[in-house]
Amino acid sequence: MKRKADIIQLITFVVIKLLSFLIIFFLIFMLGFIVKSGFSALSMDFFTKMPENQMRGGGIMPAIAGTFLLMLGSAVVSIPVGIITAVYLNEYAKNPRVVKIIRLGINNLAGVPSVVFGLFGLSLFVIFLDFGTSILAGSLTLGVLSLPIIIRSTEEALLTVPGTYREASLSLGATRWQTIYRIVLPNALPGILTGVMLSLGRSAGETAPIMFTAAAFFAPDLPRSVYSEVMALPYHIYVLATAGLHIQETRHLQYGTAIVLILLVLLLNTTGLVLRYRLRRRLR
Amino acid sequence: MKVHKSIVYDYLVEKLFFIIGLSCLVILFLIMFFLFKEGLPLLNKVSISDFIFGMEWYPTSDNPRFGVFPLISASVAVTLIASLMAVPLSIAIAVYMAELASPITREIIKPVIEIIASIPSVVIGFFGMVVVAPFLQSYFDLDTGLNLFNAALMLGFMAIPTIASISEDAISSVPVSLKEASYALGANRCQTIIFVTVPAALSGIWTAIILGVSRVIGETMVVLMVAGGAAMMPGSLFSPVRPLTSNIAAEMAETPVGSTHYHALFAIGILLFIITFVFNIIADYLSNKYKFKHN
Repeated sequence: MKRKADIIQLITFVVIKLLSFLIIFFLIFMLGFIVKSGFSALSMDFFTKMPENQMRGGGIMPAIAGTFLLMLGSAVVSIPVGIITAVYLNEYAKNPRVVKIIRLGINNLAGVPSVVFGLFGLSLFVIFLDFGTSILAGSLTLGVLSLPIIIRSTEEALLTVPGTYREASLSLGATRWQTIYRIVLPNALPGILTGVMLSLGRSAGETAPIMFTAAAFFAPDLPRSVYSEVMALPYHIYVLATAGLHIQETRHLQYGTAIVLILLVLLLNTTGLVLRYRLRRRLR
Repeated sequence: MKVHKSIVYDYLVEKLFFIIGLSCLVILFLIMFFLFKEGLPLLNKVSISDFIFGMEWYPTSDNPRFGVFPLISASVAVTLIASLMAVPLSIAIAVYMAELASPITREIIKPVIEIIASIPSVVIGFFGMVVVAPFLQSYFDLDTGLNLFNAALMLGFMAIPTIASISEDAISSVPVSLKEASYALGANRCQTIIFVTVPAALSGIWTAIILGVSRVIGETMVVLMVAGGAAMMPGSLFSPVRPLTSNIAAEMAETPVGSTHYHALFAIGILLFIITFVFNIIADYLSNKYKFKHN
């Protein structure tokens, strides 16, 4: 009787372990395949040149630049608003009902499908406010989309600042704002930076929200103002892989662009996660 | 009596932060407002039941029809199959991370999960197109590898981080005393996990599943690239389909602003918004209930 239970345990644990490792293998296979297939496309020219020959050759410089501009624009929107929201919820808010409703709003915002953000951006920024398909409209849409990520990370970071720090500051006669500005925020900085990195990664990788608000299939020049439309890495992959007459011919460019996008997103995310990891270890 | 300047300042900052803190609610409201503003005019042309239960989606023909039932069915089918694959796998990973893995293995698997969560969906869709589709096509001898199964496979993969990491939180927050009681009664680790730990974490696991499913329903790029795009009822596991999200993404660029077609795409947006909103409310309710249990 006892032995039967032990055998079942052994089998169950082996299955669970195998399933868990399956996912690691799949990830390695996927990334490995893309890197192997696209490695040959990478060169200095790929990063610095404009697309040539009706997108069949040349580089992806404008797409890289466009993605950076969109990231920057969305950060300008989401970072201040996100941090302030988190500070309000964690440091100022007294009414638990208000906090609960705002939290519910944040959770629901985080759950809105990305294509619905695209529709929202199209109707409000592109059409109603008449920004057109532009960096401005795309940045605002992405900024709104990445807001919940910054709020959550900042809140988590604020929670790790010990209450005694605040009490010590307040007992010295500092106001709450002085305490937040001089004591709480500096101590929460690594965690806040985690949120910033994660949200930048999200903005860089999203496609559906910029499809109707910012992205262009091909822009002959680099953007001149915030009202220009831009090329962007994720949209570039999508367009090359699905539209036009040269899908097979541009395969290596698609793989190459995918590598650049993955590298960018992974770099941002790992920086964020390492910061978070170090913050957590420091607290232990 | 003279009030110190910094106290006035403090008061003003608090009020300002409160107003900015409401921005998420304002944005949520604006999203709803603009979806309804652009989506509801459809009802002047098409009735709600013709829209939701209509079997034909021919938005650009001379006699346009805006029935989204095939698209809804496609979304449901893709989501269901993706969940069938992702849920057991995610729970296995969660159990492994929370209960079985050594600290070192855990430090390996956790970042792997976070990396999967961070891969842009367009990359996963791309992988589905160029690697999985040709494989499926030749292995199962199909007309096209871009189909329901391929989309479900890719989406299932994408849902794993959400479900696994939230489930893991739930499982590791089960009090040790419950497990000790189980051991004391003579149960081994496996029995304890199956009959004590997992059931105790069940509401948290449900929260995880609901959030994961809600992400799958709303995911756009993957289904746009690999689901095949045929606006028909899904006939088999390998038929090409066109879920709600991909339909918006595929057609919005060519649709004249203000046309019935344009309004219909926003109406689909309303459907998606309502579906994910309900899922999120349920998840929120469950997770609050579950937090309460531990206090």
